[in-house]
Amino acid sequence: MKQLLILGATSDIARALAYKYAGQSYNLTLAARNSDRLAELASDLEIRHQVKVERVEFDALDFGSHAAFYERLSPKPDLVACVFGYLGDQKKAQTDFEEAKKIIDSNYTGAVSILNIIANDFERRKAGTIIGISSVAGDRGRGSNYLYGSAKAAFSAYLSGLRNRLAKANVHVLTVKPGFVRTKMTANVPLPGPVTAKPEQVANDVFKADRARKHQIYTLWMWQYLMLIIRLIPEPIFKRLNL
Amino acid sequence: MAKHGNRLKLLAMLLLGGFIGVIITLLLAPRSGKETRAQLKEKGLRLARRQDNKNTHLKRVSNWGNYPEVQVEFYEFEDVETLRRLLLQSDKVIPRGNGRCYGDSALAPRVISSLRYNKFLAFDKEKGILRCQAGVLLSEILEVVVPAGWFLSATPGTKLITVGGAIASNVHGKSQHKTGNFCDYVLELELMLGDGAIVKCSPHENAELFWTTCGGMGLTGYILNATLQLRPVETAYIRQESIKAKNLDHLMDLFEESEHWTYSVAWIDCLSKGKQMGRGKLWRGEHATLADLKTAAQRRNPLKIKPALKLNIPITFPDFALNQWTVKLFNMLLYWKEPARPVKSIVDYNKFFYPLDEIANWNRIYGRRGFTQYQFILPKEKSRAGLKHILEKIAEKGMGSFLAVLKLYGEQKGYLPFAMDGYALALDFPIKPGLFEFLDELDEIVLAYGGRLYLSKDVRMKQPMFMQSYPNVEHFIENLKSFNHGAKFRSFQSDRVGITG
Repeated sequence: MKQLLILGATSDIARALAYKYAGQSYNLTLAARNSDRLAELASDLEIRHQVKVERVEFDALDFGSHAAFYERLSPKPDLVACVFGYLGDQKKAQTDFEEAKKIIDSNYTGAVSILNIIANDFERRKAGTIIGISSVAGDRGRGSNYLYGSAKAAFSAYLSGLRNRLAKANVHVLTVKPGFVRTKMTANVPLPGPVTAKPEQVANDVFKADRARKHQIYTLWMWQYLMLIIRLIPEPIFKRLNL
Repeated sequence: MAKHGNRLKLLAMLLLGGFIGVIITLLLAPRSGKETRAQLKEKGLRLARRQDNKNTHLKRVSNWGNYPEVQVEFYEFEDVETLRRLLLQSDKVIPRGNGRCYGDSALAPRVISSLRYNKFLAFDKEKGILRCQAGVLLSEILEVVVPAGWFLSATPGTKLITVGGAIASNVHGKSQHKTGNFCDYVLELELMLGDGAIVKCSPHENAELFWTTCGGMGLTGYILNATLQLRPVETAYIRQESIKAKNLDHLMDLFEESEHWTYSVAWIDCLSKGKQMGRGKLWRGEHATLADLKTAAQRRNPLKIKPALKLNIPITFPDFALNQWTVKLFNMLLYWKEPARPVKSIVDYNKFFYPLDEIANWNRIYGRRGFTQYQFILPKEKSRAGLKHILEKIAEKGMGSFLAVLKLYGEQKGYLPFAMDGYALALDFPIKPGLFEFLDELDEIVLAYGGRLYLSKDVRMKQPMFMQSYPNVEHFIENLKSFNHGAKFRSFQSDRVGITG
């Protein structure tokens, strides 16, 4: 049975991924800052799907701990899903560099730190799959959340570079760009129904794309076209829009 | 070729971009920048205001009978901290599972659903002991435990209910006369009281709280999780016999001679009159052993069954779809298609226990106005006379029930027990003018014979009927005073029948 490592396992997308892959008989390693919070999720996955689930502590922002974290992992993963991220408060981040730094580190620097280590291991083993959950917000900077967007843009570029490098080593890299997703974070935000995904839909799309060894997906699918339009709006007009 | 494709793509993109540009320019052009900004600002404010007014938790909710439908504050939670916060700021609140009670037992100004609090916590495959959170459905439990050779020790006629709901209603099923109710197999449970404290209780620890919570209609606190004792099975199949009964006496004789069977239940045609009154069909069953299985496929995988064919009632039927005549026709077909001799067969557990679960949304056949189930029980020694009395009344009024289910019961523990040594009949009625008055008349007959009604199906019982028919109700209310401070947990039903009102 294959082993999937989920980094940032408390988010709704991570949970949905865990159920999807457990349902396909993958053993799981769930990593999060507070692994106690994963106890119920882990027992549920084990009992429902008869798979083995490990829980480990992982702090994306504690860069220094990442090498030791990966060293200790047993068994080592065949797939890794990098799900952690932080939306942050754009307004606050405009004046408070600490907040800006937290957004950048949670969405980009932390991912680079841990994925560098994993990529090197996968490259050596000449096998493995890296799934990065980026965002459509990285496709074009918008006034209302460009700090989050720019960090995700960097993450997307990182994943595309990683894919280019690791292709020679038979390691696959999948970039996932979700649009709106109905999660705990957005529970009280009105989101337009037809373009809003449930976490389960995101997980289904990711699994299918992984199976088909796709390089990049938007989820829901229509976001590819919505983002195409948004990217095509000429800058002189775009800069006047309230987005 | 590729170059050509690229050029086409570029052209298409340019056209698309131009098109969007034109639209935006046209929209903004005839005004000055100032006007546009003012308009945008106003629109933004309007949206923001609308957002403020809109309580995103307001929702119209009804339970399985689709009556009544009321607007409530509806909340969900995934962790105990969220639940505690919700409970501390609530004053009239009721827990809700999958909404399969028929009436208003799980309706209150504020409803907290357990459906997302649904994790399995532990499963001991050797001892058949399962621990899970309250929002887990019985169907999910069966999916997990049957392949390991276990089954629910007591199951109702639907598996689409939560563990929390099963405890709060202390549900019963086809085996009640032999194996008792759901809560007889709850080894322990955890409850969050109205003040946010979490208390463990079992028949040995805080037993008073335990037996007030079992069948306590969610009024003692929020059930968080439970530990269940399962029963071992060799196969996922039931050895079933069905026998046709020509009238009520015949049917009741059959029940009494089937008392040693683990499972028994009967359907009756409640529109038949005279000598045929109460004709119907009795099913009895036992868990099939390996030796009972008939086909090679069954023997190869005795604990695995084919997923049931799922049907759906996609639309709500018009209110007139179920009337005296269609019900009569349905009952006649059901009766005559059956041969006179007993029919023995091996059926999977879904077919035997949960036939209606295979038809999603079957409650829609009762139309927009919804329906209710009138389920009453009478003491055994008075059942023959009482059932005849009530069936006559129903036939006389032509108030045919599409489904009429008869069953023999034994005693039940707890302070609000529905079951007693006796017969219960469950009748489904579409909501229509005159129905509740008619049911009030039936109430008097039930009361006169020493019977009572099942709270989880009820939507209209009046306070005197409830108070006179439930023997330990005062003890229950007394206990609530110590567990449910300030009657925080209450439903429209508990107010109506006078438990909390």
